[in-house]
Amino acid sequence: MSLLQIDDLQTHFFTSGGVVKAVDGVSYSVDRGKVLAVVGESGSGKSVTGLSVMGLIDAPGRIVGGSIKFDGREIANLPSPEMRKLRGARISMIFQDPMMTLNPVLRVDTQMVETIHAHRDMSKPDAWALCRDTLGRVGIPSPDERMRAYPHQFSGGMRQRVAIAIALLNKPDLIIADEPTTALDVTIQAQILHLMQKLVEEDGTGLVWITHDLSVVAGFADDVAVMYAGEIVEQATTDALIAEPRHPYSRGLIGSVPSRNRRGARLAQIPGGAPPAVNRPKGCRFATRCSYRTAGCDAPQELRNHVRCWRADDLPAFDEVLA
Amino acid sequence: MVYVIRRLLQAVFLALVMSFLVFTGIFAVGNPVDILISPEATQAERVLLIAQLGLDRPFHEQYLIFLGNVLQGDFGNSFVYNRPALGLILERMPATLELAFAAIMIAVVLGIPLGVYAGLRPGTLGSQTVMAGSILGFSVPNFWQAIMLIMVFSVMLGWFPVSGRGEVGEFLGIRSSLFTLNGLQHIALPAINLAIGHLALVIRLARSGTREVQSQDFIRFARAKGLTEPRIVIVHLLRNILIPIVTLVGMSFGGLIAFAVVTESIFAWPGMGKLIIDSIRQLDRPVVVAYLIVIVVIFIILNLLVDLLYSLIDPRIRLDGAKQ
Repeated sequence: MSLLQIDDLQTHFFTSGGVVKAVDGVSYSVDRGKVLAVVGESGSGKSVTGLSVMGLIDAPGRIVGGSIKFDGREIANLPSPEMRKLRGARISMIFQDPMMTLNPVLRVDTQMVETIHAHRDMSKPDAWALCRDTLGRVGIPSPDERMRAYPHQFSGGMRQRVAIAIALLNKPDLIIADEPTTALDVTIQAQILHLMQKLVEEDGTGLVWITHDLSVVAGFADDVAVMYAGEIVEQATTDALIAEPRHPYSRGLIGSVPSRNRRGARLAQIPGGAPPAVNRPKGCRFATRCSYRTAGCDAPQELRNHVRCWRADDLPAFDEVLA
Repeated sequence: MVYVIRRLLQAVFLALVMSFLVFTGIFAVGNPVDILISPEATQAERVLLIAQLGLDRPFHEQYLIFLGNVLQGDFGNSFVYNRPALGLILERMPATLELAFAAIMIAVVLGIPLGVYAGLRPGTLGSQTVMAGSILGFSVPNFWQAIMLIMVFSVMLGWFPVSGRGEVGEFLGIRSSLFTLNGLQHIALPAINLAIGHLALVIRLARSGTREVQSQDFIRFARAKGLTEPRIVIVHLLRNILIPIVTLVGMSFGGLIAFAVVTESIFAWPGMGKLIIDSIRQLDRPVVVAYLIVIVVIFIILNLLVDLLYSLIDPRIRLDGAKQ
C-alpha cells in the first residue's frame, strides 16, 4: 500500500469568471522513502494538488471529486479538526519563498516550539532542545544562538533550512515541498537539494517535490509526474523520462533544458502558452502547441501506459528529434 | 538608549518651535489690555498696566521673558481666575485623561476583535453588519450622537446620568472616577460618545490588516504546521496588524485629550476642553498659551511611546538605526 495515493483528484475554484479546474483528474502515488517529482509550468495545478493533500484549499476553491488516501485513510475533505492533527505532524509542507513563510515578528524558537506543542505534550525545555537539535541537523551553525534570532536575521537559504527543520520536527511520514529551491540561488539550491535527499533517506520519509525545473529532478527523484493544464500528461521513473520522454510536452520540457542544447544554437522552446484555465479545449490540451498535431488530437485524451497522448507510440524516437 | 536621548532632544527642539509659534500667534491676536482694564480707566492707568505686563517691550524680549518664565513652570496668571494658568489646566487634566483613556479602551477592546472577525469572515452577515456599523460610526456627527445617547440612555431608559463627573475613587494612588460605580455610570456615555468614531476606524484598520496578513505565506505555513485557528489568529495574525492600529491609537489618544471639547461641553464634563473654549472666548491668553504647550508636550510623549511600541511589536524596526 502506498503512503499517499491520489486518485482522479478534482480541485476546482468557483470564481466569478467561471469554474477554474485547477486540478482536473490527477492521480499519483508516493511510497515511504521515495521521492516523486511533480513537474509542470506555472498554473499546471501542481501546487494546488499539494495544497489539496494538506487540506489547505481556500474558498472559492474546493475538492469536488476523487480521493486522497494517506496511509490507507481517506483524507480528501476530512473535517478540519481531523485534518489539523495530520498537518505538520504526519504530513508537512515546505513552501516556495523562504522570505515569506516565517512570521517576521516571532522568534524562530517560538515558531518551532509551537509546531511541537500543536501536536504533542512535551515540556518546554525538551521541546526547545529538540528544536535546537533539528536546527543543527539541517545545517544551521550555532543553533543555540540562532534559535533566539528573528527570521530577518537569516539569509534566504538559512530561512529555508529553518522551514525544513520545522517540517521535520514531528517526524512526518510525508513531506510536500512546493518549489522549495526556486527562490534560492543555484549554489544554495544544490545544498538544499542534497540536504533534503539525505534527510528523507535517513527518516524513510516520502517526499513530493513540486518543481518547474527539470534539471533539479535528475539524480534526485525516483519518479516524475509531468503536469500540464490540470492533468498529468506523463508519468515515469526519472531515468526513463529523461532518457526517452514520450509525451510531446515532456519532450519539449526536456529539450529546452539549456545543457541539452548545442552551444551557440538558439535555445529550444515550446511555442505558445498554456490554454486559459477557464474553457479549456475539449481535446488534447497541449494540441495548440504541439508539432505532432493531427485531426485525431481533437478528441479527449486518456492516460494510456502513463502517457496522455494517443500518438505516443507513433512519435519518432527522442534522439532523432534532438538531432 | 541613544535613540531615546536623540528623540528627547528632538522633542525639546520641537517644544521650542511650538512655543514660538504659539507665542507669535497670541501676540498677533492683539493687545490684552483692552479687556483687562475698565473702559473708564485713564490713559495713565493704561500705560502703567502695559508697562507692568511688559507689553511695551519689543517682541523678541517679550518672547524671551515668556520662555524664561515657562522654563520655571510659570505660564502667568489667568486673567479670568487670577490663578496660575498651568495649575488651572493640570487640575482639570485628570478628568480629561480618564475620559480619553476610557474612550480609547472601548475603541481598542471592541474594535480589534470586531475588525479581525470581519476580516476573517468577509461576506458573512455578521461581517457586513460590522462594516456598515463602522461607516455609520464615523459619518454620524459626534454632537448628534451625544444628544441621541443622552436621549435614549439617560432620558428614556434612565440607565445613566445626563451629565457631570461622578464620585472619584482612589486606587494605587491614582484618583479617578473609573474606580467607583457612580463614576463609571457618569463616564459611560461621554466615553462611548468619544469612542464611536475611533472605534469605527480601529475596526476598519483591523479588518484591512487582517485581510492583508491572512493571505500571506507565513499564515499558510502556520496552518501547514497544524496550529489551531485561535493560535494562528492571536499569535501570528494579531501582532502583524498591530502597527497601524498602534499609530492610530496614539494619534487618537492625543486628539481625544486635546479636542474632546464638544463631548465635554455636551456632557458638562469638567475637563480641559471646556476650560480652553471658555478661555478662548474670554481671550484669557495665559491659559490658552499654557494649554497649547501642554498639548504639544502630550503629543510629543505619545509619539515617542508609539515609536517605542513599534520596536516591541516588530523586531525588524530597529530604533537606533544601527547596523544589523
